[in-house]
Amino acid sequence: MAKANGTQDANRDSRQVLLLVATRKGAWLYHGDRERRQWRADGPHFLGQTIHHLVLDPRDGRSLLAAARTGHLGPTIFRSPDLGRSWKEAERPPAFAPAPPGQNGRAVDHSFWLAPGRAEEKNVWYAGTSPQGLFRSEDGGVTWSPFSCINEDPKYRKWMGTVQDGTPDGPKLHSIILDPRDRKHLYIAMSGGGVHESLDGGETFAPLLDGLDAVEGFDRSDPTFHDPHCVRLCPSNPDRLYQQNHCGIYRLDRPDNRWRRIGRNMPAAVGDIGFPLVVHPRDADKAWVFPMDGTSVWPRTSPDGKPAVYGTRDAGESWQRLDAGLPPSQAWWTVKRQAMAADGQEPLHLYFGTTSGELWQGYDEGERWTCIARHLPEIYSVETARVPWP
Amino acid sequence: MRVLIPSALRSYTDAAWTETGGDTPAEVLAELETRYPGIRFRMVDEQNRIRPHIRLFFNGTQVRDLSQRLEGAGELLIVQALRGG
Repeated sequence: MAKANGTQDANRDSRQVLLLVATRKGAWLYHGDRERRQWRADGPHFLGQTIHHLVLDPRDGRSLLAAARTGHLGPTIFRSPDLGRSWKEAERPPAFAPAPPGQNGRAVDHSFWLAPGRAEEKNVWYAGTSPQGLFRSEDGGVTWSPFSCINEDPKYRKWMGTVQDGTPDGPKLHSIILDPRDRKHLYIAMSGGGVHESLDGGETFAPLLDGLDAVEGFDRSDPTFHDPHCVRLCPSNPDRLYQQNHCGIYRLDRPDNRWRRIGRNMPAAVGDIGFPLVVHPRDADKAWVFPMDGTSVWPRTSPDGKPAVYGTRDAGESWQRLDAGLPPSQAWWTVKRQAMAADGQEPLHLYFGTTSGELWQGYDEGERWTCIARHLPEIYSVETARVPWP
Repeated sequence: MRVLIPSALRSYTDAAWTETGGDTPAEVLAELETRYPGIRFRMVDEQNRIRPHIRLFFNGTQVRDLSQRLEGAGELLIVQALRGG
């Protein structure tokens, strides 16, 4: 194992690591030094606007998309061609099709999840919205159109439920996952509404729910009652998916269709409820979660006020608590589903942002944690990006 | 017609007040959209509904219907209601 301070990292200066932090009241970029020990804050961008996701286009290494919504105005998407030095608003943000006369059509409240297209699909982006909708851009995020049938499909609309059925800040379509080997194969997840798979490039989707638990008393076969919080595909083995669900942590090894609840191997006192899930970019047996209190009234805080990341090195057969450097007690924050990430470097560092506005770095796969920033607004997402050194 | 732009949307107009033509709020907003692309969608959703925290007042009276005729000269105030912290 490499030294925790990264000084033995042979690749440490190959690319600069950026942390893309989206919050309830703006966005920040943190520029790492060559050792990933010092971070220069660049921000706020869009002060006062709610930014749900800030993502780099890995195909050009400099374009950013930000999903924005001012608390009192409609949603939009901003695009920067130069790592945040300048921003331009989308000409046509994601919007549902107008409803036929007399019908009460849906309106996008906010774009929640941004996903760049495949490496060979230059300028293609996907967006998941609240309420649940799937959109695609083919011009780098300038104009967006509804994608696939599901936005208006009566069966999917029923599974999506109403705004009242969704999460507290709105039901969401998220975890847009593109199989890197197959242009026609993709996954999406909806809170609520379950996990779904397309084998025909998004023309049609089908539920992928076998093995997933649902809240007691509800029909597991009905996608309406499923709430996947975060689904990740392993880049080093695209046949393996991990999922943090409202009802536990799961793994799926394709072509099998049955999810296996690997969260059963978590300590019972901690449980296997949480929001984010991160996979190792080069080792499909490694993944990390951030458990939260999902008992009684669902406080959604760190269990017992003692935050910790849990990691597995054996695909969920066992889990290790990773809390060195984190507050030992009386810390009642948690981490949202988009707010934990790995940087892809060697050694691999983890990062998460908290609901109380702290940004943390976990050296060497989370073995030791240090706080990068405090006093930010509530953090909604943390993404990492690797870019050429300026 | 003089139109008051709420502070949250002045990043589009660079000014508090602007002049437009138009006999209805829909026509005023269409002209604003032509001059300041993107501004209309932040006030009116894709189903042509005024967004929940946006209010329009013509000569002191609230306008709820985008197709309502705005009779005579006057001022259209676009107001952004604030709530929460």
